[in-house]
Amino acid sequence: MARLVAVTIVVIAILSAIPIIRHTWWTAPDISTHGQAIDEQMSETMAEAGISFLISQILLGYFIWRFSKPKPGEPIRNFPGGAMGLVIAAFLLVGTEVLALGAFGAKAWANVYFTPPGADAMPVQVQAGQFAFYFRYPGPDGKFGPIHPDMVNESNQNFYGLDQTHDADSKDDIVTAEMAIPVNHEIHLLMHSKDVGHAFFVPELRVHQDFVPGLDLSLHFTATKIGRYEIVCTQLCGLGHYNMKAYLSVMSQEDFDKWLKQQAANQ
Amino acid sequence: MHEMASQAHVAHHGPPTSFIRKYIFSLDHKVIGKQYYGLAFISVLIGMFLSWLMRVHLGWTNAKIPGLHLLSPSGAPGDVMTPEYYLQLMTMHATLMVFFVLTTAPFAAFGNYFLPIQVGAEDMPFPHFNMMSFWVTFAGFLALIASFFVGDGPTLGGWTQYAPLSAVGSVAGPGEGMGVVLWAISIGLFCVGQLLGALNFITTTLDMRTKGMSLWRMPMTVWGWFITSVMGLTAFAVLMPACILLILDHVAGTSFFVPSNLVINDQLQPHSGGSTLLWQHLFWFFGHPEVYIAIVPGMGIVSHVLIPNLRRPLLSHRVLIYSFGALAVLSYMVYGHHMFVSGMNPVSSIAFSFPTLIITIPSTIIVLIWLASLYGSRLRINSASLFALGFISMFITGGVSGFFLAQPSLDIMLHATYFVVGHFHMVMAVAAMFGIFAGTYFWFPKMFGRMMDERLGKLHFWLTFVGAYAIFMPFHYLGLAGNIRRYQAFAPDYMQRFIPVHQFITIAALITGAAQLIFVYNLVYSRYRGAPAPENPWEATSLEWSTPSSPPPFDNFGGQLPVVYHDPYQYGIESSTGDYVMQTSPEQIKSVRDEA
Repeated sequence: MARLVAVTIVVIAILSAIPIIRHTWWTAPDISTHGQAIDEQMSETMAEAGISFLISQILLGYFIWRFSKPKPGEPIRNFPGGAMGLVIAAFLLVGTEVLALGAFGAKAWANVYFTPPGADAMPVQVQAGQFAFYFRYPGPDGKFGPIHPDMVNESNQNFYGLDQTHDADSKDDIVTAEMAIPVNHEIHLLMHSKDVGHAFFVPELRVHQDFVPGLDLSLHFTATKIGRYEIVCTQLCGLGHYNMKAYLSVMSQEDFDKWLKQQAANQ
Repeated sequence: MHEMASQAHVAHHGPPTSFIRKYIFSLDHKVIGKQYYGLAFISVLIGMFLSWLMRVHLGWTNAKIPGLHLLSPSGAPGDVMTPEYYLQLMTMHATLMVFFVLTTAPFAAFGNYFLPIQVGAEDMPFPHFNMMSFWVTFAGFLALIASFFVGDGPTLGGWTQYAPLSAVGSVAGPGEGMGVVLWAISIGLFCVGQLLGALNFITTTLDMRTKGMSLWRMPMTVWGWFITSVMGLTAFAVLMPACILLILDHVAGTSFFVPSNLVINDQLQPHSGGSTLLWQHLFWFFGHPEVYIAIVPGMGIVSHVLIPNLRRPLLSHRVLIYSFGALAVLSYMVYGHHMFVSGMNPVSSIAFSFPTLIITIPSTIIVLIWLASLYGSRLRINSASLFALGFISMFITGGVSGFFLAQPSLDIMLHATYFVVGHFHMVMAVAAMFGIFAGTYFWFPKMFGRMMDERLGKLHFWLTFVGAYAIFMPFHYLGLAGNIRRYQAFAPDYMQRFIPVHQFITIAALITGAAQLIFVYNLVYSRYRGAPAPENPWEATSLEWSTPSSPPPFDNFGGQLPVVYHDPYQYGIESSTGDYVMQTSPEQIKSVRDEA
């Protein structure tokens, strides 16, 4: 029985590692300028965690195998080096490992969050609400008109609460249900929620940020590959949470200009 | 070091005489322990049943679940679960499991029963508080269950109840009005129960130890419960006011967690000036220590169960105790890793990341001490030791995924995905359940005077161990590939390919869940028909095996408090009883401990 347990533990550990090693299920391919550091960090962490996992499980299995049937007359004995040896090994090996991961990981994080957007970053606003995203482009004047929460009205399609009759800056604002951005052009994403907590996650873009009601947040990123991707909500926001999604189209500058013009005409 | 602790006083209450005093409003810590176990038992059955319903729905979204409309006509019209009903069941599953099972069974149930016995006390110092702690907790349980039957059902906001979804009332969705209020009342009451319990545990440990029971002579279980009590005292003291503020946002028109200018269903909300992140900070300041509140008692139990089955002491008990302490201290400094992408200052994310990474050091030491103690042992295999070994395997698996979630840069990819669900189910839920099973198989003879069926116990282990891996390992793969949690159906295009994996997980969950019925049968059957338990079935040394009977009499030691002469784990030695010596035996032996 003990030996079967030992073998089972080792077999489960190896079987568990196979889909990881083969990348059967893996992160979506990166389409951002900042994603490479994150991906390298992921592979590095996977290697270290994977090795720790396999060694520990195999040791557990081996010791169960070996010591459930001790040799006749075999005395009780201590692990070589004793507890102090293990403590020192844990501090040295795991300590170094986690500090290194922490330091490199902090750098990858800083790439995303501690740098300001460039001067020519294109502003795009995103508003999250139960259970849809709406996007706003400032139009030719480059300015977003003010938001009037009391004027938000989904039934007459005034998702942002804009007063286009009185606010000059609002007149040329373009509100869309789909997000489009030009490829290789930095985007400055201005985020707010109109009701409860939501999140903005595009796996390929390596961008993930909660919307915090009452707080305006921003992110910046550059997409490097033309294509159509999905934006999903990851913060539980109510019964329609699972269906709160939008498409992100990364286009050539030319296509994007065309798209924006068409959206402006549709307003 | 061997200072003698004397009991403050003895004989606080006599033997109960009426049925009500004996079985219902009992002051006896052992009865209260069994009551907590019973509460956890009912909760886990409900929680598991809810997870079955959820799993079937996740595998086959439009499947009819026969009879489901009887549970909730509006939640399952035509027996098909609605999106909101899924979220309501999910919230109730998590709340029941985290609070009323994982906190209740290893800590409140086993702790109440065995802590006083293991330190050689007749009872806890405040038996009335102890009785109150259970009944307050039970009232909390009733409040939670009541939400199934009131208004539009239980809250759908998840066990974390993030504001403002949880604070604006029913305008935000079904169950977000009365459901949330009942949830907050339930958890607030639960906090009161835990605080009263922690108070008793701490004072029993510090003031009620019998003659000769120095701190270092306490079993690992007592250390686990003691450290957990200290964590509980500070963590639940934060969650309770948070729940009160949440209730006030509902019933008193306050705006603690709701900011200005929210528009829900085209209605401008009448709130202003609150902070949604405040709730997250208060919740996780409790929430992360809670993870250790659920697992440290299990670590104590696993150590305590493993040692008699290794026939040797652990490589070092003190290092293990210091590591438990390090987990407790660090658990308060790491909570922000739940909030890396929450919108809090990104510098804070780095600040919370390092302690989270550092907490892997004491966790690694704990695992290494267990592994190295297997070395050179004479391992005995039985249901209890199998579950203890299974705990170690699960804790390793759940632990290594912590390396990922400790890093904000990787959290960008993994936050709110099934990777997180896999991580915490492995490290906190399955591991803690294995601790509960190990404790049950080990202590059942003491608690009921009968043995559990070993063959059924081993069958239960095999199905549960393999089943838990089959269920929770694929969660990690799905999470890496971007499968978001708390979705009742997988609407985004890229998630379509995950559905077959979910179907596999559902089948595994149904089988593994059904295997738990073997345990239920074994528990009930052995309670009445099990073979009579010998005095010391595991040839163990600690004080619970020195009581005059199984179960012990109402005052535990029959009027004569034991005197302790040894460390709790003197195995692998030569003595008149064999390879071990009881803590209460005055026999002189050559100690094998590397300390003391």
